Amino acid sequence: MSEIHLTGRPASPGLAIGPIIVLTAAVENRTAIGDPAQEAIALQAAIEAAIAEIAKMIATVQGEVADILEFQVAMLEDEALAEGAYDAISAGVAADHAWRSALDAEISGYRTGEDEYFRARAADLADIRDRVLACLNGGGAAAEITGGSIVTGDDISPTTFLGADWTRGGGIALAAGSPSSHVAMLARSRGAPMVVGLGSLSWSGHPPSMALVDGDTGTVIFDPEPETLRLFEHRMAAANAARAAAAAGRAEPAYTADRRPIAVLLNIAAPEDLAGLDPAICDGIGLVRTEFLFEASRGLPDEDTQYEVYRRILDWAEGRPVTIRTLDAGGDKPIKGLTVEDESNPFLGLRGIRLSLARPEIFRVQLRALCRAAVHGALKVMLPMVAVPSELGRAAAMLGEEFTALKAKGIACACPPLGIMVEVPAAALCAEDFDTAFYSIGSNDLTQYTMAAARDIGAVADLNDAGNPAVLALISRTCEAGRRRGVEVSLCGDAAADTRLTTALLAAGLTTLSVSPIAVARLKAAIAKVGS
Amino acid sequence: MHDVNAGRAAETFVPLTASAVLVNPVGLHARPSVKLTQCAKGFSAKIEFALALDGPWTDAKSPVKVMRVKAPQGATLHFRVTGPDGEAALAAVLALVHDGFGEA
Repeated sequence: MSEIHLTGRPASPGLAIGPIIVLTAAVENRTAIGDPAQEAIALQAAIEAAIAEIAKMIATVQGEVADILEFQVAMLEDEALAEGAYDAISAGVAADHAWRSALDAEISGYRTGEDEYFRARAADLADIRDRVLACLNGGGAAAEITGGSIVTGDDISPTTFLGADWTRGGGIALAAGSPSSHVAMLARSRGAPMVVGLGSLSWSGHPPSMALVDGDTGTVIFDPEPETLRLFEHRMAAANAARAAAAAGRAEPAYTADRRPIAVLLNIAAPEDLAGLDPAICDGIGLVRTEFLFEASRGLPDEDTQYEVYRRILDWAEGRPVTIRTLDAGGDKPIKGLTVEDESNPFLGLRGIRLSLARPEIFRVQLRALCRAAVHGALKVMLPMVAVPSELGRAAAMLGEEFTALKAKGIACACPPLGIMVEVPAAALCAEDFDTAFYSIGSNDLTQYTMAAARDIGAVADLNDAGNPAVLALISRTCEAGRRRGVEVSLCGDAAADTRLTTALLAAGLTTLSVSPIAVARLKAAIAKVGS
Repeated sequence: MHDVNAGRAAETFVPLTASAVLVNPVGLHARPSVKLTQCAKGFSAKIEFALALDGPWTDAKSPVKVMRVKAPQGATLHFRVTGPDGEAALAAVLALVHDGFGEA
């Protein structure tokens, strides 16, 4: 038999070789009990059993995987899901039939969505449907998937995926499916190569015995010739070596190909973002957003609450620098009772440092908490939305006053260095005029103010490009000011994590980039290629 | 199971309204829907949302109904909240949307 090449869409990267397992929809017919009341009870019991099964799985997983299963539980617990089925049952339809029709109707609503992401949720609904049907039939779980196998079929459900062992390799080759499906997300997180959309996999009774899955290009080769297999194994060995090198590099300091050191910092929104992270993966924290403190609780957080949070972050950093941004409310981040409502253009209104200076009684509480936290590590304080030097001057005076007052009371405190966020073009153009301890470029706002285009307005989103020469010129100008004044310049917006921009950002003069923890390994790998 | 006071309470409270733009990359999908409904269920107020000011209004406590709306990124969610803890409920759901449901 000659080998068969099929091309689909890549859904999870990597290469896999293994024996084929063909998934078949194996839901048997069940005999209805007949009485609508009993049928309704049977369906309710099946739904509850399905919830219990998934809940058991949740206990064994974390993060993204748990979220997917929690979504399934939330859907099953919602009476709206089975409403149509119960209606049909009371009209005399058997429970399995009623459930299947109701879910199929729900699924077709998802399949007709314009957004691929919503269409992909159809697989989760199908998973829910089949699990409840299996419970109705009193049947056990689907066929066991042996580790190291290539699973093929029309589509695969998240719970089927989770029932298999992916630690021993293996991959997925699907006739249908979607790169946006939960299974694809799971496959990416477990490192299982996956290709979807291969089209009809009809083997006319003779399924192939082996397959090669190339999740990078989206190709699958069934029953490969010995030479094809040998070349593929060779590629796999090389790819494994490269991946091992990248993973090891996450905890290593970042250098460009021409050995320039680049500091990689973390952006976080709350101390919880640091859970389970090794501080060795970064050179410090470049941005702590403090809005969460003001949003999560009702009322404004008091000094002690803020102090405890800042201290926890400094403790985690083990002496590495931590830059905390003062409250950046307003614009797209309104806070009830604090920000001004009904501004005609909130992005050009009372936001960031402007709001803090207008509400000194709130700002001073934060400054006091920061001064007290500063004794626990290398704390730096950053002011958002600064446009003119007098804003920095007024904030610096308040910081000094609060520090002096704390000290006079004998409270342990330190006066942290005060820097500005460069996100208003005026601040970038006149960066050298600011008596700031550091500059941190907020590329999201800098881009939208420079290009006069918001990224959440689809019609102009293409103009919102941090790689535009005008934005890069402002970044470069800020770096030049930092060099002349001998202070650090970093960039903490989304542009830092966009590895297509890494070369341009480093060329503009940046030597410090701050990204979310998940982007660290990828950014370090991109930095290593710059200048090669 | 139905709270007999809910209807009466709803009559005596003026509906509060506010809107927010969905900023998280893929819209109001699985995880954000669960977060929104969990948040909404924490309040006794009736919480509804719509993509247009004139409705149709969707119960923000039902993940199945929230998912049916298929709200994409950039969509404006109009909220309508009625009940004794309406103000806190509205602030909470708005904070969640503004925060992109905690997604980067």
